[in-house]
Amino acid sequence: MEAEAPLRRGWVEPALRTEFSGLGIAVAEVAAQSRRSPAGVKQRLKHLSDITHGGRALAQRREPIASAYRIFFRQIGIDPEDIRPPAEAAMLERMRAGRFKSRNTVDDAITVALVETGVYVRAFDAAQVQGDLGLRVSVPGERLGGDGLELPGGTLVIADEQRAIGLIFGDTAPGRGVSPDTRRMALGAVQVPGVPDISVEEAMWICSDILTSS
Amino acid sequence: MPELVHSHISDGGEHRTSLLRRDVDEAAARRTLRQQIARLERDLSALFTAAHPRQGLAWDVPAPGGPRLLSIGELEVLRDALADRLEVTRRTLRDRGYVETQNRERIEEMLAEPRRFKWVRISNDDIGEPGCKHWHARPRFGLLGMLMGWWRVKISSGCP
Repeated sequence: MEAEAPLRRGWVEPALRTEFSGLGIAVAEVAAQSRRSPAGVKQRLKHLSDITHGGRALAQRREPIASAYRIFFRQIGIDPEDIRPPAEAAMLERMRAGRFKSRNTVDDAITVALVETGVYVRAFDAAQVQGDLGLRVSVPGERLGGDGLELPGGTLVIADEQRAIGLIFGDTAPGRGVSPDTRRMALGAVQVPGVPDISVEEAMWICSDILTSS
Repeated sequence: MPELVHSHISDGGEHRTSLLRRDVDEAAARRTLRQQIARLERDLSALFTAAHPRQGLAWDVPAPGGPRLLSIGELEVLRDALADRLEVTRRTLRDRGYVETQNRERIEEMLAEPRRFKWVRISNDDIGEPGCKHWHARPRFGLLGMLMGWWRVKISSGCP
């Protein structure tokens, strides 16, 4: 099954592309709602929980994709021991909780894609996104979502063509995330330098597949 | 006058070239620093994995805060902090490795001559191995063995 809308490359501000060769964002739009996950998705999470163990968690940071995210975190001023990259955070949560908990189709789709590929996919309410998604650096005085948290100048954000709608790894602007009213979702996967295209495509495909078939 | 105009234009051109060169140089410097940070992070991750199951090692490196583009100065501070952390951790592991080797040799000696190591107890933790196994030099048959000098090394089977 394919994503309802074809997978495409989002834009990246040229200055940012110059600084981080290989940085990108893959985007797709799917018609889907957040709801309780069906048994098949829960079973998939259970299977992932079963094959995930302490040894894998320990060695995870040496895996190429996890390592790429870790390095990128360092390079953008985040200590990955303090704020864990998404795949490591998911793994630690699995160790803490004893399993990957099922929450809803959106969170579960993201978790499955994250654990299977190491790539973190974000979901936004497509109705609240103006134009294409991309990556850029915030301008001084800019606020997340236009009226949210004030962003220090130079912050790396996911943006639509009008405003920043989320930190590159972190908060989503108020009202831009998926809500019970969402009918179409804009998916975005940040590809950091060192992460192969095929992993990003697979992560987006997994997410789209779970969301559209649930 | 034409000489003055020419001189003025020429100066401006040099200034722009100089600014452009500085930008290019700074971008190149930032790239180099990021590559160094990447290498150090990979080394630190490898060390983290190799250090298991040793406890009590610090892995955090102060970060300037993000997510944002870091300046050359911030990247330099971060690179130096990573290099320091790597060096300190390597040294700590070397020191522990030395002690662990000594402990392994001590186990061999204990097994050969338990009487020389009365009540000495060495655990897996002391030799950098996972698990709860330990070697304990103790007398056979309790008080009688102690009085008779019947010492042996008891090896525990593992975690309770």
